[in-house]
Amino acid sequence: MNDKQNKVKRRDFFRDSLRTLLALALGGSAGIATRKLIAKDLVWQLDPHKCVQCDLCATECVLDLSAVKCVHAHDMCGHCTLCGGFHRPDAVTFDTAAENQLCPTGAIKRNFIENPYYSYTIVEEKCIGCAKCVKGCSSFGNGSLYMQVRHDRCLNCNECAIAIACPAEAFQRVPSSQPYILKGKQAQA
Amino acid sequence: MSWSLFIKKRIDSKEWSARLALLRQLFAKHALRSRPASEAKTCACHSESADSTQDKLREQSQLVQVKKPETLLCAQNDHSCSPQPSKKYLSLLATTILLLFIVGSHYAQDRFPRPEFESQYQRPLTTTPSPQAHFFEIFDIFVLAGALGLASYFALKKRSRRGIFWLTVFSAAYFGFYRNGCVCAVGSLQNVSAALFYPGFLLPIGVIMFFVLPLIFALFFGRTFCAGVCPLGSMQDLVMLKTVKIPRWLSEVLSLTPYLYLGFAVLFAATGSAFIICRYDPFISIYRMTGDFSTMIYSLGFVGLSVFIGRPYCRFLCPYGVLLGWMSSLSKKHVTITPDTCVQCRLCEDACPFDYIDKPASGKIPEPRAQNRKRLAMYVFMLPLMILVGGYALSRLDFVFARLHPKVSLAEQIRQEERGAVPRTSLETQTFRTMGVPIETLLEQATEIEKRFHTGAWILGAFFGLVFGLRLIRLSLPQFRIDYEIDRTGCYSCARCFESCPNEQVRLQNVKNARFERSGKEYLLHVAESAN
Ligand code: SF4
Ligand code: SF4
Ligand code: SF4
Ligand code: SF4
Ligand code: SF4
Repeated sequence: MNDKQNKVKRRDFFRDSLRTLLALALGGSAGIATRKLIAKDLVWQLDPHKCVQCDLCATECVLDLSAVKCVHAHDMCGHCTLCGGFHRPDAVTFDTAAENQLCPTGAIKRNFIENPYYSYTIVEEKCIGCAKCVKGCSSFGNGSLYMQVRHDRCLNCNECAIAIACPAEAFQRVPSSQPYILKGKQAQA
Repeated sequence: MSWSLFIKKRIDSKEWSARLALLRQLFAKHALRSRPASEAKTCACHSESADSTQDKLREQSQLVQVKKPETLLCAQNDHSCSPQPSKKYLSLLATTILLLFIVGSHYAQDRFPRPEFESQYQRPLTTTPSPQAHFFEIFDIFVLAGALGLASYFALKKRSRRGIFWLTVFSAAYFGFYRNGCVCAVGSLQNVSAALFYPGFLLPIGVIMFFVLPLIFALFFGRTFCAGVCPLGSMQDLVMLKTVKIPRWLSEVLSLTPYLYLGFAVLFAATGSAFIICRYDPFISIYRMTGDFSTMIYSLGFVGLSVFIGRPYCRFLCPYGVLLGWMSSLSKKHVTITPDTCVQCRLCEDACPFDYIDKPASGKIPEPRAQNRKRLAMYVFMLPLMILVGGYALSRLDFVFARLHPKVSLAEQIRQEERGAVPRTSLETQTFRTMGVPIETLLEQATEIEKRFHTGAWILGAFFGLVFGLRLIRLSLPQFRIDYEIDRTGCYSCARCFESCPNEQVRLQNVKNARFERSGKEYLLHVAESAN
């Protein structure tokens, strides 16, 4: 009986020490990892200066309708009559006729301001994030249209599906307190 | 491909020439329009508000020759220096625009001056809806801790399957559907490995808590996290209907895959390549209720499987379960089938849908001791050998794993294109070439990453060898079990098997006046009278 008790005791001791070892290993790795700890949360954002306007943002997002959409830095816009982001390259007239529009969903609203200036506004509900307009604006205009992850839609996946696919490696994790990488005057603010 | 080649290709395209003709026309109209003198303070092209990053980019770019005409355009546009452009200027301007196009979307911006409006038009600001993340991150830690506490309480103290069930429903609803199952504890192990090994990878507090809390609880109470908190486990548990038994040898073999999965997940996360657990998470697209056709098929397939096989992901894939298993096997407390003593009635034998109840060793025909010892000694002797062989074998395959890193695969594509081995360029290589990074830099970076993969593959192989060797040793260790016991490494503390134990029925007072009798080496249970 005594022998048996001793055996049990020995086993318990063995288990106890192993458990302490495990706890130490866990604490140790967690401790080392805390050197990289930040109090803020991280969210995904794309750097519009790196983006090359492929259409992967529209198709790769895990959401059916991408969380990435086009936004407009109005203070950079030339308000041109012929907009590289609005009109198709083969447009016949520079008006709002559907066949002249570059955007496949007609998500850009064109309003007359004063001669010869127009404003171009993105209707976000319609935008699918295909970056066609951004490509047009960057190639022919001021580059005031650009892509951004919209955080009212983004699920903040642990591994953003677009970040893997993006050929320009434009996606990065940014602190949730500064979740946008803006262009124009708002970039400095 | 050099820059001049790139330019040629662009101008050749039809779209460009059409666009060019149009712009020529338009620019002619624009430039001839007279402007009020009050406007002529600064040229918008040179104003401070010009994007500083773009300026920097331009400075860095090696396109000095292409840059010059751009300045020319601004000078032409500047009304103070040239109020009346002549035809000669116009043709010059057209050429300038042409050159500007060539610079491409990366470098050319601010082509047109920003107008000052006479009307009261106000430029709208870009809206910046904020992520909801931060509040939830802290909140979720508390919910997680609360749920873990409840699960442990239900499993160990109350021994209540019903409590665990409702907790499971809650977790599937909250962590799963409401919080979209992300970040989960399973995936967080990748963030932690990346933070440990990959420079510059930051770790938010919520993520590390999701990693650490379930492990701490497992160290004290067993895998109560799996019982009813993990969103992946919850989904599988809730759809489980009638389970088929998997042969012991098969489940024994399949139960090694989580170790492989864990190893690769850590390797790819630590090298900054990919988060494979997230990529192949079978249930996330159901919680998000989105996904393309193939992911939906994959997810529904897994759910369908879970109806007939108890928790297939947990048992045969989950990499986090490996860590939980280590903790749980040495945990301070753990659920037991019986609240009292085992009467060896065999009623619980098949009660676990996941096959985590071990039978008493007495049922087996004991092997001759000497033979057993010899084999055990051989396995122990072979253990270092297995570690070495495993490490060496995988280190030979490092280049295969390294391909999963985007930089390495890009470098490989570029190398092939340079050699002329592939006819066409891909989107990735095209993009890379427009960015103007020298190829040598990329190749150097890729080599650096491949080196890390070499080291990583050695460690990984050694780990696999160790796991395999230890499993062999464990299987041939002499068994001293006398009762029906729970396999503490695997058990999810789901509390299902409890009710099959007659002693539990006595505890619940469903059986009254119960009596145990022993005949020979066996216990017999006599029930005098049932409660209902
Ligand atoms: S995937 Fe990358 S390059 Fe393509 S549109 Fe999105 S951010 Fe731009
Ligand atoms: S062209 Fe594409 S990115 Fe631009 S507004 Fe339309 S849908 Fe959005
Ligand atoms: S994090 Fe997820 S939801 Fe957000 S943009 Fe990326 S893939 Fe889409
Ligand atoms: S084994 Fe893995 S997936 Fe299953 S419940 Fe546990 S942590 Fe979740
Ligand atoms: S508590 Fe019982 S039924 Fe549940 S997993 Fe553990 S051994 Fe199996």
